[in-house]
Amino acid sequence: MLLEFQDIHKTYPGGRPVLNGVSLSLDQGQTLALTGESGSGKSTLLNLAATLDRFDSGEILLDGTALSRLGDADRAALRRTHVALVFQQFNLIPSLTVGQNLSFHARLAGRHDPDWEAHLTGRLGLSDLLDRHPESLSGGQQQRVAIGRALAVRPKLLLADEPTGNLDETASATVLDLMLALVAETGAALLLVTHSHAIAARLDRQAHLTNGRIA
Amino acid sequence: MSVKALFFLLLAPFAVSAQGFAGLGSSVEGFDIPQPGYRFDFPADHGPHPSFRIEWWYLTANLTGEDGREYGIQWTLFRSALRPFDQPGWQSPQLWMGHAGLTTPDTHFFAERLARGGIGQAGVTAAPFEAWIDEWHMRGDTIDALSLRANGDDFGYDLTLTADGPLVFHGDNGYSVKSAEGQASYYYSQPGYRVSGMLHLPDRKVTVSGEGWLDREWSSQPLAADQSGWDWFSLTFDSGDKLMAFRLRGGRGDYTSATWITPDGSSRSLPDGSVSFTPLQTSRVAARNVPTEWQVTLPAEDLDIRVEAQNAQAWMGTRFEYWEGPVTVSGSHAGRGYLEMTGY
Amino acid sequence: MIGTVLQALWSHWRWHRVQLATLLTGIALATGLWSAVQAINAEARASYDRANLQLGLGQLDELIHPSGRIPLETYVALRRSGWQVAAVLDGRFDAGGRSVRLMGVDMVTYPALPALTDTQGNPPDPAIVLTAPGRLFAPPDLAAQLAADPDLPPIIASTALPPGLVLTDIGTAETLLDLSGSLTRLLVLPEQPRAIPPLDQVAPDLRRQAPEGRIDTARLTDSFHLNLSAFGLLSFAVGLFIVHGTVGLAFAQRRGMFRTLRALGVPLVTLSQLVLAELVVFALLGGALGLVLGHLLAGALLPDVAATLRGLYGAPVQGQLHLRLEWVAAGLAMAVGGTLLASGQALWRLARLPLLSAPGVQAWRGKSGHRASAISGGLVCAAGVAAFAMFDGLVAGFVLLGGVLTGSALVLPLLLSVTLGFFARRAKKPVTQWLWADMQAQLPGLSLALMALLLALAANIGVGTMVSSFRLTFLGWLDQRLVSELYVTAENSEQGRRIEAWLEPRADAVLPIRNVELAHETGPLFLYGIVDHPTYRENWPLIAAAPNVWDTVRQRQGILINEQLARRADLWPGDRLTLAPGNTLTVAGVYSDYGNPTGQAIVAMDLFDEIAPEADNRRFGVRIDPARAEQLAEALRAQFDLGPGAVVPQAAVKAQSRAIFEKTFVVTSALNVLTLGVAGFAIFTSLLTLWTQRLPQIAPVWALGLTRSRLAALELLRSLVLATLAACLALPLGLLLALILLEVINVQAFGWRLPMFLFPSDWMQLFILTAIAALLAAALPAWRLRRVPPADLLRVFANER
Repeated sequence: MLLEFQDIHKTYPGGRPVLNGVSLSLDQGQTLALTGESGSGKSTLLNLAATLDRFDSGEILLDGTALSRLGDADRAALRRTHVALVFQQFNLIPSLTVGQNLSFHARLAGRHDPDWEAHLTGRLGLSDLLDRHPESLSGGQQQRVAIGRALAVRPKLLLADEPTGNLDETASATVLDLMLALVAETGAALLLVTHSHAIAARLDRQAHLTNGRIA
Repeated sequence: MSVKALFFLLLAPFAVSAQGFAGLGSSVEGFDIPQPGYRFDFPADHGPHPSFRIEWWYLTANLTGEDGREYGIQWTLFRSALRPFDQPGWQSPQLWMGHAGLTTPDTHFFAERLARGGIGQAGVTAAPFEAWIDEWHMRGDTIDALSLRANGDDFGYDLTLTADGPLVFHGDNGYSVKSAEGQASYYYSQPGYRVSGMLHLPDRKVTVSGEGWLDREWSSQPLAADQSGWDWFSLTFDSGDKLMAFRLRGGRGDYTSATWITPDGSSRSLPDGSVSFTPLQTSRVAARNVPTEWQVTLPAEDLDIRVEAQNAQAWMGTRFEYWEGPVTVSGSHAGRGYLEMTGY
Repeated sequence: MIGTVLQALWSHWRWHRVQLATLLTGIALATGLWSAVQAINAEARASYDRANLQLGLGQLDELIHPSGRIPLETYVALRRSGWQVAAVLDGRFDAGGRSVRLMGVDMVTYPALPALTDTQGNPPDPAIVLTAPGRLFAPPDLAAQLAADPDLPPIIASTALPPGLVLTDIGTAETLLDLSGSLTRLLVLPEQPRAIPPLDQVAPDLRRQAPEGRIDTARLTDSFHLNLSAFGLLSFAVGLFIVHGTVGLAFAQRRGMFRTLRALGVPLVTLSQLVLAELVVFALLGGALGLVLGHLLAGALLPDVAATLRGLYGAPVQGQLHLRLEWVAAGLAMAVGGTLLASGQALWRLARLPLLSAPGVQAWRGKSGHRASAISGGLVCAAGVAAFAMFDGLVAGFVLLGGVLTGSALVLPLLLSVTLGFFARRAKKPVTQWLWADMQAQLPGLSLALMALLLALAANIGVGTMVSSFRLTFLGWLDQRLVSELYVTAENSEQGRRIEAWLEPRADAVLPIRNVELAHETGPLFLYGIVDHPTYRENWPLIAAAPNVWDTVRQRQGILINEQLARRADLWPGDRLTLAPGNTLTVAGVYSDYGNPTGQAIVAMDLFDEIAPEADNRRFGVRIDPARAEQLAEALRAQFDLGPGAVVPQAAVKAQSRAIFEKTFVVTSALNVLTLGVAGFAIFTSLLTLWTQRLPQIAPVWALGLTRSRLAALELLRSLVLATLAACLALPLGLLLALILLEVINVQAFGWRLPMFLFPSDWMQLFILTAIAALLAAALPAWRLRRVPPADLLRVFANER
């Protein structure tokens, strides 16, 4: 088991409970779509898996590590080496070139592999754009850079939060196809948050969150 | 000991070079020069002689304290003239310098004073006799009955001196030759003071008594160009005899002179070469080697003595530094006295 | 990991080079102006110390006599009682029309003489120094001037002496000053013999005072240096506004990057440390640039400062600048400290940056920020006022000044916001409404630059008003004070008598000017004697007077004192002043006396002669029909073979006084202009950096039909309006500043209070300058806006999330 949520509870200060006893697991190489209404807690669950946020009770095991016991530095190390993220807003570093952005996470993790990155660049159709800056790219191109950045680190787990939420339909389809193909190629597990059932249907498994629980 | 007045010109602001020092030896610039056959006139000659370049009133005393310990004191007033005359006020070309020393068996104290002539801060009057600089003084109705005072920041002394013997004139009736080339000074002494009084030490007062020796000397051109320093002895023996002897060390050989004084005050001058001086032992004083034990022989008087400093560290760290302190005499004659050494 | 993060951090600055340049310039300007002032002060202090050390000044206790003169007999009595004291005879003599300070010491006993040598490096022969005619030792420039005077003893130039001072033996000095038999002070040497009697047994008339008890150059010039320091600090603060703004903007722009870095696994600690290191490196770089700038600036200003200090206080300052290691270290430390201070807020925000938060480029403070800023501003103001209320003195005055300035700056954003809101509510046309609203939206980003502008403008108005008020008062005062048509200085009292007798039938009136230096508890006091004459009655500038003031003085019952003495000793008409034991007079009036640091008093001439019978009688004012003045001057010079400096027409004295005055404020004006320049630069950089955020705000307006040219024009207008608003608010602040300078700082520093005059034409000039600066600052962004490709504006919509 690569990722396992065990009875997770989470309440934001001053709000009602967001997660109310979620249990869910994900195997190595498996893809899982997490769907739900706005505010159903699906992004929160993803952020918890990414060690970006803390939960109130329960436990999350990531590759056998219990996240509740980790300090900030260890959580940062886990993010650097085991997990990769693809955001709705792309979150590229605007002052770095496309090429620098692509290899950025891998360099941070100490896993810079030019051959693998060249392969990814080719697959993502970014070869001609390496010296440009993100702001001159279209949204679809930027998200492809973000996917490349995430997979360049060869993560065990890829977390994607509405990766196509900011893209038009055509771009959206291309990006999703590429991402799923590359995830399959790398053998990473994928946890993808989406509100689109069409997208969810393309993944191995689907889980639906309602009122802070898996339905 | 005549050269010591030259220090006087080494005043703080003017770090006089060796050339300036020697320059004085080569020219007298209107100053009078000692002549043989001079007839002394007292008490006037106890007073200053402004037309001569240098002059001093120089008193040393060997004292024994009621505590049984040996002490020595020095009181000196130097006069140095920039021009061969005097006038009142700051315009006076006469400068004055006082040195005071107090030597105990383990410590040596000294102090120095400087003053301008003409304003009353320092000077000498012949009758009644008074020599003073600041609050230091040596004064009395006559030269035979004096009170003596000096102070440093941590020591001082108040002494009474009386003498009944005659003055002693060195060399040719007071005309004292200082080199083979004939440089000379007028030089007389009162070697027979009885001294009593009080020493002020940092931690105590000591009542003392003993014997004192006053030297009076003036000149204008006291030193030959090659002479670098001197060793000067004034000794009083248990027998009542006294000896003044000095050696001027020169590049072309030493020049010596001595006066033998009998208990009744009569004296005999001894020519160059009569006395021989041999350093027996040196001490490390003020970062230099100074002979503090001497053999002195005077065959004419069957004298062969060892002269030993009572305190080897009797260094006068004044503007021009020298060694001056009490000594103990043993050998053919026993006694005590004062030793002064310069140029080391 | 560290390398990768650094690459990302650095890429920001490479991407925003103007921002980097702005940051470095801000640090450099702040450090440069501050360091320049510090270098000048250090140089001056070193000069004082050198002079003091060389001559043993300011280190030993001194004995003084209330009359200013110690009889020679007293000195000898002290010496003969054992007191180790050194005699000093101070005075001034005229050489070629110039008054030169002479210090005569007993060279035989004086404790601390510099190594005096002639130009060949040989010590002079004591015989020629100590006997007539003696020698004068003077610094080379003065020696060269004095050498031409055949009446003086031979001069020996010595670099070991402080500027402007002639040192000589006391015997030479008493001849030159014509003062035999007395001394001005005795130095108590550090080593005293045992068993000396108490001072009052030997010399009951003498008073012993510690060296700091004397008003010496150090204490007088302190106020001047404090003035400079205040200016340096103001410049530093203005420079830090630039740094704060730039760093704040850079952090806001990098917020997304920081969050991404954290999300990708960079620990917060590592990130914070690297950002801190980045700032320190920039601070050191900017600081180094600033030191170069500061050194050049100080080098350029120092000669004027030296001239001022010499002219105003007679303080010896050499015009050459030395590079001091501690100055470099202090400058860099200020740069680093200031940068970190200015970046503190940004760093703190970084440390607390939540990993998850709605991302947004706009992260400036909003209206609640304005309110918080205004509240803290009010508190700072209150603290300044409280400090002034609780403590006395110049430093408290400067604290008040700093509190009011800083506090007002902090209140500015709220004031502007309220003002803009007021106009926005009244605007009818949509474009105008948008313009006001847009300005309000931009205010947080511009407020720091506007604060800097406010400070600089206020300082400019305040200092300008102070200097101009001073000038006006001073010139009027000169006209009152310098009434005599000719001023004559004789070589000695004897010649003075002959000149007086010769002038008597030829002039309308001959007014003798005699003075003597007395000791007063507040410092030296110069006592003058005057004869009763309408010249004084009609013209003398009294600022407070008892009835029949001149009659009281003439009848020897009253004394006039200058404002400095009145304020220092708190003496006003009706109070009593003791000049010497048994000589107490009623203060009849107080007169203004500018450009003179010491206390002064005036009594009837016959009373003066009783107090100081030995005073010189060498100087006279001559009243005559102005048309005949030059003719009489010529005749006088010819009759007594006087040099050109001995007979000076009124106009020349005024011109000289005016020149000294102008020099005093040269440095002040220079710093004033520089501060304004820095503030202008701050606005420019703020607008320039805000430019990157402008497109999303402008694109919708453009889309609604405003042309780019119109938008560019509005951009200029916006800058102009904001700067004008700041200027309008700066005016009352500047006037308040001027009031504090005139009423508090001047009184503390110089001892006089000046009336305040208003100079609206100067303000207009300054406003126009500000408008030009604001337009220039907005010109580049406006130009860019005019040229921005429509595609860029369109992309705003495409990228809109």
